[in-house]
Amino acid sequence: MTAAVELTGITKRFGDVVAVDAVDLVIDDGQFFAMLGPSGCGKTTTLRMIAGLDFPTEGSLKIFGDEVGTLPPNKRPVNTVFQSYALFPHMNVLDNVAFGLRMQGVNKGDARAKAAQAIDLVRLAGMETRKPSQMSGGQQQRVALARALVNEPKVLLLDEPLGALDLKLRQEMQGELKRLQQELGVSFVFVTHDQEEALTMSDRIAVMDQGRILQVGSPEEIYEHPANRFVADFIGQTNLLEGTVEDSSTVCLANGARVQASSDRPVGTAVAVSLRPERAHIAATEAVEDRPSVEGVVDRVTYLGNARVYTVRLDWMEVEVREENRPGAALHEPGAPVSIWWDPGAVWVVGDE
Amino acid sequence: MTATGTRTGRRMLGVHAAAVYGFFYAPILLLVVFSFSGDRLVGQWGGFTLDWYREFLDNEQLTAFHDGAIWTSLKVAAVSTVVSVVLGTLAALSLERFRFRGQRVFDALLYLPIIIPDVTMGIMMLIFFSEAITFADTYLGFEFAKGLQTIIISHIAFNISFVSVVVRARLAGMDDRLEEAAMDLYATRWQTFTHVTFPQILPGILGGALLALTLSLDDVVVTQFSAGPGATTLPVFVFSLIRKGVTPMINAVSVVMLVASLVLIAMMLLADGLRAEADETA
Amino acid sequence: MTAIDIPEADRVTLEFEALAQRQARRRGFLLALPAWIYLIVFFAVPFGIVVVYSFATRTSRGGVALSDWNLASYERLGEELVRNVLIRSLGLALLTTVICLVVAYPFAYFMTTLSARVRNLMLVFVMIPFWTNFLVRNYAWRLILAEDGPWNTTAEAFGIDTVIDWIIDLPGWIAPDFLVGWLVDVPEPLFTKLAVILGLVYSFLPFMILPLYASIERIDGALLEASRDLYANARQSFVRVLLPLSMPGVVAGSILVFVPSLGAYVTPDILGGGKEVLLGSYIVTQFGTARNFPFGASLSVVLMVVMLTATIGYFRSGGRNL
Repeated sequence: MTAAVELTGITKRFGDVVAVDAVDLVIDDGQFFAMLGPSGCGKTTTLRMIAGLDFPTEGSLKIFGDEVGTLPPNKRPVNTVFQSYALFPHMNVLDNVAFGLRMQGVNKGDARAKAAQAIDLVRLAGMETRKPSQMSGGQQQRVALARALVNEPKVLLLDEPLGALDLKLRQEMQGELKRLQQELGVSFVFVTHDQEEALTMSDRIAVMDQGRILQVGSPEEIYEHPANRFVADFIGQTNLLEGTVEDSSTVCLANGARVQASSDRPVGTAVAVSLRPERAHIAATEAVEDRPSVEGVVDRVTYLGNARVYTVRLDWMEVEVREENRPGAALHEPGAPVSIWWDPGAVWVVGDE
Repeated sequence: MTATGTRTGRRMLGVHAAAVYGFFYAPILLLVVFSFSGDRLVGQWGGFTLDWYREFLDNEQLTAFHDGAIWTSLKVAAVSTVVSVVLGTLAALSLERFRFRGQRVFDALLYLPIIIPDVTMGIMMLIFFSEAITFADTYLGFEFAKGLQTIIISHIAFNISFVSVVVRARLAGMDDRLEEAAMDLYATRWQTFTHVTFPQILPGILGGALLALTLSLDDVVVTQFSAGPGATTLPVFVFSLIRKGVTPMINAVSVVMLVASLVLIAMMLLADGLRAEADETA
Repeated sequence: MTAIDIPEADRVTLEFEALAQRQARRRGFLLALPAWIYLIVFFAVPFGIVVVYSFATRTSRGGVALSDWNLASYERLGEELVRNVLIRSLGLALLTTVICLVVAYPFAYFMTTLSARVRNLMLVFVMIPFWTNFLVRNYAWRLILAEDGPWNTTAEAFGIDTVIDWIIDLPGWIAPDFLVGWLVDVPEPLFTKLAVILGLVYSFLPFMILPLYASIERIDGALLEASRDLYANARQSFVRVLLPLSMPGVVAGSILVFVPSLGAYVTPDILGGGKEVLLGSYIVTQFGTARNFPFGASLSVVLMVVMLTATIGYFRSGGRNL
C-alpha cells in the first residue's frame, strides 16, 4: 500500500534558522496522525509544507506516491483546517464551504448542493446563511472542517484545530473529529502541542523537537516506551532518576543505589530511569520489602481530590509520587521518612538520544 | 483607561472639552452665518441675503463649464485620485505581501511626500517643471506649458503615498491566513486576489480614495506652484482672492467648499462603518 | 503567497527554493514598479534638482547658473536677517506646539474616561475639523478677526481694552515686556503674531489630540489606581505614572504639530498678512520677487532636514500612524 504522505529528507531553512531538519516520515492512509511538540519545534512548518503553503528547502514530499514538493497549494489534493479557522468574513457559511468547489470549476448549483451536504455532516444544517462573525468558536470550527472536507481531500491537515476552544467544547470536538475521521476513512494529520489531546485522539503520534522527529509510534508506545529523555518528559509526567548503565538489567543511580532496569545500552552510558508518578508507591521506610526503592523525606503533599501527590526529597533530587485517594490508604505527613518503591517492570530507561 | 479623579476635577475637564469644541466649531458656524449677511464688510451682520451666492454662481472664472476653477478642481481631483489609488494600492500590496530588493528604499521614498512641507514640495515642482519644459524644448523638440496636466502630476505625486499608507494599514490588519486558505482551496493567485484579498481591503481602498480626493480638493500651495496661467483650481483661486482683499462672496465660496468637505467626511464615515462591519469577524 | 508556477520535479532542491524566492521577489518588485517609477521621476528627481540648485549661483538677471558650485547660499543662513526669520519661525512653531499640548492633554485624557460610544462620537467631532478644507478654516478666522468683526466687537463689549491697560500699568515683574507685547494685540489681533498662532493652533490641534488620545487610551487604568493605592496623590500619580506612560503620544503629537507649523505658508499669509516674515513665505519670496533660486533652494533643504530629523524621531518614539 502506498503511504498517504511520505517525507524523505525534508529540510526547511528560513535564512540561517533550520526550522525542519532532514525529516523522514511516513503517514499511512486512514490514520489519525498527530504531530506533537513544543512551540517552535517545526511541527507547523512541516504541516504547511505538506499543504504547499511553504516550500521545503530540500527533500522529497509525496502524497499517495506523487511528488508534490514543488506544487502550489491549489494543485495539491490536500486541504487544511487553519488555526483560528481563517473563514472568509465577507462570505456566509454556504459560500465559505462551496469556495473550494467553485474554484475547481464546479458550477454554482452543484457546489452549493454539495456544500449543504458537508454542512449537514458537521451538524450545522440551518446555519447556511450566517456570516462567520455571527457564530460561536465551536461552530466556526465546524464550518472550517466542512469547508475543507467538502473537497474530498486525500489527506486532511489540521493546524492546532482545537487550540482556540474552551475545555468542554474541546472535548466535544475531539469526539466529533474522531467520528468524522472514522466515517470518511481519510487520514487526518493534525498538529498540537497538547500531549493529552494527541494521546486521546491519535492512532499514531510523531513527537518533534528542534526540527527533528524524535519518535513515531502509537500513543501507547510513546507513553510506555519513550525513545529518549525528552519524549519521556514531554509526554505525561515522570521522574527522571539519573544514573549509569551497570549491566543489561541494572542501573546505578546517582546516589550509588542499584536498581533493576533493563536496557541494551553499553555499560557506563549515562541514562535516566523514568518512573511515572502513578507507578511509584510510597510507604513508611520499614514497610518496603524486596522491591526496587529509594529513600527520602516527604517535603509536601498536594491534595487533588481523587489523588494525593507526594513530593519526596531524596538526597540528590525530588520525586513525585501519586497515590489514588482510596479509603484506608496510609497518609504521610511532611517530614516523615519514607521509601518510594515500584514494580521492576514499571520503569523505563531513557538516554539522551 | 477608566475614570479616576474627583468630581470637580471631572467637571472642569468637561468644561474644558466643551470649550475645545466651541473653539473648533464656532468659526465654522460664524462663517456660514455671515455668508448670508447683507453687509459689504465680511464680519458684520446686515440682514439675510443670498446675493453672495448669486455673485458666486455668476462668476465665470469660478463656475464656467470646463475651464472654471471648480471644474478644474474636480477634474484634477478625479484623475489624480484614480491614478493614485491604482498605483498606491499596488505599492501597498508589494510592501505588505512581498520581499524584494530595494524595498526599504522604496518604503522610505513612499513616506517622503507625506512628511515634506507643502512649501518645499511646491518649490520642487516649480523648479522641476521649468527645467522639464526647457529640457523638452531643447532636446526632445516639443513644447508644453504648465497647466491642468502639471497640476495633476503633482497631486498624484503626493496622493500615491497617502493611499498606500491607508491600504497598507488595512492589509496589515487582514489575516493573511485568509489568502493561504483560498490557495489551499484551489484558488489560483488571481482568484485569491479577486475573491478574498480585494473584498477584504476594499474599505481601505475606498478610505484611501476619499483621502486622496480630500487632499486634492484641499491643496493650495503645491497647486499654486504647478499651475500655469491657463488653469487654476478653486482653492488657489480663493487664496488669491483673499490676498487681494476679502469680499463677502468669498464667504459664500467658502461655505460651498465647506459643504463639499462635509460630504466627503460623511462618505468617509460611511466607509469606516463598512470597515467596522467587515472587521466584526476579527 | 509563496506558491509559484514552475515545472514539477521529483525532489525539491536548493535551486528550486532559490528560484521560488526569486520569482516572489520579482513579483513584488513588478507590483511596486509603477509607483517606483512615478515617484522617482516626479518626486525624487525634483527633490534632487532642489538640492543641486542650492549649490548653484544666482545670475545677475535672477536666473540660475549651473556652474561655479558653492556654499554661498548656505553661508547666508548666518546673516542676521535670515537668522531672525529662522528663529522667529522656530519660536512660533514651538509656541504653537506647547499651546496645542496644554490644550489637548486634558481633552484627550477626559475622552479616555468616557464610555466607548461617547468617546467615538467625540473622536468623530475632532476628525471633522481635521478633514474640513484647510483654506476655509483659516479664512473663517480672517472673518472673525476682521475689523469690527465678531472678535473685535465682543472684546470691546467686555471692556478688554481697560483690562489690558490695567495690566500694562502693572509693575514689570508681574507683566513682563514680552507678555505686554502680546497683550496689546488682543483687541485687534488680525495681521499680528497672535492671529498667526491662533490660526496655527486651530489648524493643527487635532494632530495633537489624536496621538495623545491613542497613547493615553492604551494605558491600563489599573496602573493609576495602583499608584493611588500606593499613596500617590493626584498630582504625583499624573507626574509619575500617566505622563511618562503617555510620552510616546506627547512626542508624536508634538512632532506632528511642530513640523507643519514650521513650514506653514497659508496661515501666516492669510492671518499674518505677510507682516511677520516666516520661513514658508520667505522661501516663496526667493522664487517670486527676490528671484534668488539657489538661496530659496538652500532654505528648502534646511526645512527638509529639520522635517526628516523630526520624523525619524517620531518613528524612533514608536509612532506609526497618522
